[in-house]
Amino acid sequence: MSQEHVPSTPVTLEGVRRTGGQRRYWKSLDELADAPAFLEFLHREFPEQASMFQDPKGRREFMTLMGASLALAGLTACTKQPEETILPYVRQPEQLVPGRPLFFATATGHDGYARGILVESHEGRPTKIEGNPEHPASLGGTDVFGQAHVLGLYDPDRSKAVLYLGQQRTWGDFKAALREPLAKQQAKGGTGLRFLTGRNTSPTLAAQMRSLIAAFPGAKWTSWEPATRDNSRAGAVLAFGEPVEAQYRFERADVILSLEADFVAGHPASLRLVREFAARRKPAGETPEMSRVYVVEGSPTSSGASSDHRLALKSSEIEGFARAVAAELGVVVQGGVAHAWAAPVAKDLKRAGARALVMVGESQPPAVHAIGHAINEALGAVGSTVSYTAPAETAAGGEAQSLAALVAEMRQGVVEMLVILGSNPVYAAPVDLDIASALDKVPFRIHHGLGNDETAARSHWHLPASHPLESWGDLRAADGTVSIVQPLIAPLYHTLSELEVLAAFTEGEQKGHEILRAHWQDALGAADFEKRWNRALHDGVVAGTAFEAKALRVKPGAWASAGATPPPGSGLEIAFRTDPAVFDGRFANLGWLQELPKPLSKITWDNVALVSPKTAAELGGVKTEQTASGHVTELAELTLDGRSVVAPLWVLPGHADGAVTVHLGYGRTRAGRVGSGVGFNAYALRTSDAAWGRGGLQVRKTGGTTLIACTQDHWTMDATPHHQAEERHIVRSVTLAELAKDKHAIQKLGHEPAPGLSMYPPHEYKGHAWGMTIDMSACVGCNACVTACQSENNIPVVGKDQVGRGREMQWIRVDRYYEGTPENPETYHQPVVCMHCENAPCEVVCPVAATVHSDEGLNDMVYNRCVGTKYCSNNCPYKVRRFNFLLYQDWTTPTFKMLRNPEVTVRSRGVMEKCTYCVQRISRARIDAKNLGREIRDGEVVTACEAACPAQAIVFGDVNDPESRVSKLKAGDRNYGLLAELQTKPRTSYLGAVRNPNPEIPGAGSEGQQHG
Amino acid sequence: MSRPELYGLLAEFHSPEEIVKAAEAVHAAGYRKVDAYTPYPMEDVLDALHLHKTHVPKLALAGGLLGLAGGWALQYWASVIEYPMNIGGRPFNSWPAFIVPTFETTVLGAAFATVFGMLLLNGFPQPYHPVFNVKSFATASRDRFFLCIESRDPKFDRAMTRELLRGLGASEVSEVEP
Amino acid sequence: MASQDRVVHPVIGPGHTFASVTDKISSIVLTTKTPIGWFVGFGIAFSLFMVFLATVSYLLVKGVGIWGVNVPVGWGFDIINFVWWIGIGHAGTLISAILLLLRQQWRTSINRFAEAMTLFAVACAGMYPILHMGRPWVGAYWLMPYPNTMGLWPNFKSPLVWDVFAVSTYATVSLLFWYVGLIPDLATLRDRAANRTVKIVYGFFAVGWRGSARHWANYEMAYLILAALSTPLVLSVHTVVSFDFAVGVIPGWHATIFPPYFVAGAIYAGFAMVLTLAIPLRKAYGLEDFITLRHIENMAKVMLATSLIVAYGYLMEAFMAWYSGNSYERFMMWNRMAGPYGWSYWALIFCNVIVINTLWIKALRTNVVYLFFISLVVSVGMWLERFVIIVTSLHRDFLPSSWGNYRGTIFDWSMFIGTIGLFLTLFFLFIRFLPTISIFEMRTLVPAAQPAEDKQ
Repeated sequence: MSQEHVPSTPVTLEGVRRTGGQRRYWKSLDELADAPAFLEFLHREFPEQASMFQDPKGRREFMTLMGASLALAGLTACTKQPEETILPYVRQPEQLVPGRPLFFATATGHDGYARGILVESHEGRPTKIEGNPEHPASLGGTDVFGQAHVLGLYDPDRSKAVLYLGQQRTWGDFKAALREPLAKQQAKGGTGLRFLTGRNTSPTLAAQMRSLIAAFPGAKWTSWEPATRDNSRAGAVLAFGEPVEAQYRFERADVILSLEADFVAGHPASLRLVREFAARRKPAGETPEMSRVYVVEGSPTSSGASSDHRLALKSSEIEGFARAVAAELGVVVQGGVAHAWAAPVAKDLKRAGARALVMVGESQPPAVHAIGHAINEALGAVGSTVSYTAPAETAAGGEAQSLAALVAEMRQGVVEMLVILGSNPVYAAPVDLDIASALDKVPFRIHHGLGNDETAARSHWHLPASHPLESWGDLRAADGTVSIVQPLIAPLYHTLSELEVLAAFTEGEQKGHEILRAHWQDALGAADFEKRWNRALHDGVVAGTAFEAKALRVKPGAWASAGATPPPGSGLEIAFRTDPAVFDGRFANLGWLQELPKPLSKITWDNVALVSPKTAAELGGVKTEQTASGHVTELAELTLDGRSVVAPLWVLPGHADGAVTVHLGYGRTRAGRVGSGVGFNAYALRTSDAAWGRGGLQVRKTGGTTLIACTQDHWTMDATPHHQAEERHIVRSVTLAELAKDKHAIQKLGHEPAPGLSMYPPHEYKGHAWGMTIDMSACVGCNACVTACQSENNIPVVGKDQVGRGREMQWIRVDRYYEGTPENPETYHQPVVCMHCENAPCEVVCPVAATVHSDEGLNDMVYNRCVGTKYCSNNCPYKVRRFNFLLYQDWTTPTFKMLRNPEVTVRSRGVMEKCTYCVQRISRARIDAKNLGREIRDGEVVTACEAACPAQAIVFGDVNDPESRVSKLKAGDRNYGLLAELQTKPRTSYLGAVRNPNPEIPGAGSEGQQHG
Repeated sequence: MSRPELYGLLAEFHSPEEIVKAAEAVHAAGYRKVDAYTPYPMEDVLDALHLHKTHVPKLALAGGLLGLAGGWALQYWASVIEYPMNIGGRPFNSWPAFIVPTFETTVLGAAFATVFGMLLLNGFPQPYHPVFNVKSFATASRDRFFLCIESRDPKFDRAMTRELLRGLGASEVSEVEP
Repeated sequence: MASQDRVVHPVIGPGHTFASVTDKISSIVLTTKTPIGWFVGFGIAFSLFMVFLATVSYLLVKGVGIWGVNVPVGWGFDIINFVWWIGIGHAGTLISAILLLLRQQWRTSINRFAEAMTLFAVACAGMYPILHMGRPWVGAYWLMPYPNTMGLWPNFKSPLVWDVFAVSTYATVSLLFWYVGLIPDLATLRDRAANRTVKIVYGFFAVGWRGSARHWANYEMAYLILAALSTPLVLSVHTVVSFDFAVGVIPGWHATIFPPYFVAGAIYAGFAMVLTLAIPLRKAYGLEDFITLRHIENMAKVMLATSLIVAYGYLMEAFMAWYSGNSYERFMMWNRMAGPYGWSYWALIFCNVIVINTLWIKALRTNVVYLFFISLVVSVGMWLERFVIIVTSLHRDFLPSSWGNYRGTIFDWSMFIGTIGLFLTLFFLFIRFLPTISIFEMRTLVPAAQPAEDKQ
């Protein structure tokens, strides 16, 4: 690339300019800029090493590109605050105490819908995400995506420069290039102008679009998401004539029937739903009570795993079941398919009446949604457990059709200028649209996004987008509540937000902040605007923007009479689902998420084709064996409509027979060094008529095998009798009935050692004694704690190869245990942190006293004393210790230096590490209390996992304080210590799982018996 | 007094029996500044010359006790007095754990005392010694047996002593220069 | 019975005199023309040693991640080989110390190189505890009992610190014992050496030994005391090594039977190695007169005896696992026999328990070729024993969720082979430059010395 482009390399020179001290790099920079390797780095095209951070080869290559980091070194120093006023930073400068983090309220859009977050900022560097308790879609909880939000900001593969056909340009160049074709559109009323965005809930952006359309009457705006919600919207239209959003209130529901609705992960309000769900799953006291949850689903989800009764039906069979239940409840529908569960479930729902609730998942056809609405109405649940409001998104429903229409126009050549904002259709659009070829027919294509992705590669212009943590904006939550998105840091690179880019089409040059304020000035009115504006920024929500509930009646319609739509096609049924870790693929380059063990399969760094044991047998058996370098499993070719992909087969207990589940979001080609070339691309099978699945799938084993990095042994535990886990009393669960009969039922399942058994006198813990309880009844296995811990404690990503070798580094793992039959087992999630045993086996064996007890009972790890004998890990009965077998920390990538939590030591090669009970947070609380001259109060120390947990299953506190929440819980009847018979005296204890099965359900009795 | 021009007389014998007899006779004759040189340890020679007493055991005992006390003190002081730490909830003075290192230090102390005591008592290292001046003495480490009567011995008389040794069957009696 | 055996196989060939014994053994060292075979052997050994150095270099650059270790299996070949080598060392001390106290004359001709073997084996063993650490550059000295800059001391409750004490003491005392035994022979070499430089070198280490009666008096006593000290020491070393496991909570480690059965196993393995070395050595240097069938057979008997103790240990482990009724223990035993590493358990039973019992037959017990083969089988078996104890216990412990598998990588193997190279290199240097058989003690065995002996 020729010399004149070098000055316009935006990152580096800008970064350098911003920090006076770095001027001396100028010379070397020019030399560097000449080096093709360096330019390549700026283009961040790493096809050959797009594997993992930690792949040593990759890193060595990276070292050769150190030139780049020299340039970027400017960055780490230039965490400049945005020029605009954000609160409370500039208004109250006295709040900025070096070394003390500040928290700002903002929001992340997940699939378009707002989730309120608080961002922890160290000296102007956002480092950690917490939930915003005041936000209705968070209530203080977060999910893995929210936690990884901050990693997205520092993703080294983010777009840093404006590109024209892959060559670097400036924003000036772009605007110049835009002028002429835009004028042309102006002339013809914008008939050739099209906009494609993701699902939009931003009022400001909607307003901008309106004015744009006003300026270009012929222009059209399409918004579309791979994770479409067309079914629920269409269902609402069937039932009520308008695409309303159903708002559920789990805390009011005694009986919940989910028809393939994954309330744990697959709903815009999941965090709130989990909170409300968990609130009703913690039975205590003399008369324990809890809700009862039925889940009918084809592909196992965390929701099904947390339910009392889980019915595995193929997606296509659920409608028949729904109609049967509806009929039992007196809803006039035909086409019910008799099922043994229908009557008892209906009876249970009826018994609960207004305190019952039916919820239908996106993967179900509109008719089932309509039936769900009808049942809720029949139960009188409307107004009690469910209410209806306007949808939060600007264009509700019909996303798939509108995308199809757009593509059609592209083919006809109608589209002359296409602006794609924050969407990646080339990768994710239905394969039958073949959008890639259609794009080529558009003469002027602009792509604006965080990454130089598949779509960017197909566009003339690629515009780097500012990360939400760098830009101003606003978003609506599913219930309508608006949050102002405020930047925590000035853009790291020369990037613009969507608002700013759109402005270029009308007003021209404009700052996101001005656009936003202008809009809200109109919306909120001039009257004490500043005050309300500041309040909104401070709280993270704009007061009074939640939608009003609508009074609606279900209209009878064809949906009622029409029988169950027959499963289309023959052969097996395929189900497409968003991935629990990388969602629809947008997070593919985030190592934290790639390395996250999926809630049920515990697979990392891959997606697989999930099948039931029976289906596996029909396919001629699926052989999966655990080796020292990972799980070796068989490959199969999945063919749908003549399109086929090769995928690893994986047997998942509880999967519906005759169906195959594949997760989206993998097989990306331009995700970056982490996400490219990982897994297989399920979108390659996903057609417009099969957004969530359909029949007609052919599966043929190729005879090949592949390596999968799975963090738990394959479910069969083939080597050991299946009852082992129970014999060991690791997981303890009883039914509500058993608990009511005998409040000590859970404790009686194991043997607690008699007190005073030890031959040594116990150590005295005066002052604080920290401890933790984890409620297995509330835990839904969402993994938020795992990612939160990874973010808080600077835990490295080690890559697939190392995970396969059993060297993953996460300090918390969520163990998954099955009991009962592989066909439909009970599933339990057990988060395992360090137990901080008072008689810690690890400490005794450490030769250099690198792990010792603090006087508050913490099992401290002294990194700089550790010599790495691994003896402690060997002797840890819980195997919670993690060892840096190789140099796992990335010391070279500059942006990661900004990501790290300055309060936590960054570990290097050769030392052991493990959960510290977030000792840095304890210290912070202690210092604060000292300054105020008082004791630490209960709830002032909140560990990262506890803070993130949407189910509030984790409680941390002082066990010496009898009034603390944790002491009360430990005194409760469900409390038990894991492997307590070893006399380790764990400080972390578990609250046994309680399930509330309906005795009238066939097989429920037996399930009641199979407790852990 | 001036250095004697003679260190002593060195008699060479060919068999163990001869050297034993010779040693007994020499001792009976009242010689005390006598030493025998044999290619392997010979109890009878020691008996004959009454050379049995050795101080090595005392040294070994002392070294052992030193190691014992030192080892225990080190551990007790380090883990109870100087830097007590709560390790695995065990008491600071976990004496059963201290037994092992203490045992080892005891053995070590005794071993050092024994070896270096032995070398010391033998006057090692000693690169020079008059008997090395006798050419044939090299065979003392092969198959010859030597008896040396020093001139410092009050009964020593160059002619008579030589006769005595000859009489005992020494194949050769050579004069040892100091 | 002893006398009868002597009739069958004397401890020394007939017709030997003080001179013949002395000349025969010292000539091996003092000869000017080194046998070509030595160069070949040394060449092979040294190239293996180079493999060791290469592996260690890579290890220090990359980290222990180049091995197969993981969580839950935090120890692999490193500690297996450590225990294996330490065990091999034991026979040397046992022969030189315990058999001395038991006045077993037949020990005389084999104790020297058995002790040398001990030292070299301990040297190899010593490599692993240091190199298996994540940060050996500090670990190498942080385990020593001294306060670091923060006044922090090692943890005397940790079996690894006990190891440091036990192994370093063992190495030191063995070295002293070996050297003390060498002094009179060094004097012999000094007196035999023709070349002046050689004379000076041996003379330097002979510290002026002249075989004076006074010297012998102190010397004999010192040697006896060292033997008396080494005897409990050698028993303690493998006991302490077994504590590394017995002190742990892991099923398959937490067993009180470990100390005795580790010690027995160590002697077992040690004698196997002595045979592995002695049989070729006596052939190569024509020492059949000094290392007679008597020695060979006695060692075979010791192996047979210790194998029975070891077998009892295996039996007890299985019995206790069942008898305790502890589900973890029961599963551990079941997993050992039928789990993914079941092959290693049965292979170990075959090598250590089945094959060895053929030695009840005298014909086999006195067949050197067969014994050589057996000795190799036992060495493999004892290695497998450590593999079973370490790997199969760790890979499936308490929580099924954290179970994993283990496989040694190429670097595990190169490290292991490398230490074998180190061992052989040292051994070849030893047989070239030092008397492989104690000359002065052999003198006490020649007929000429006997009457003197009988008198007392």
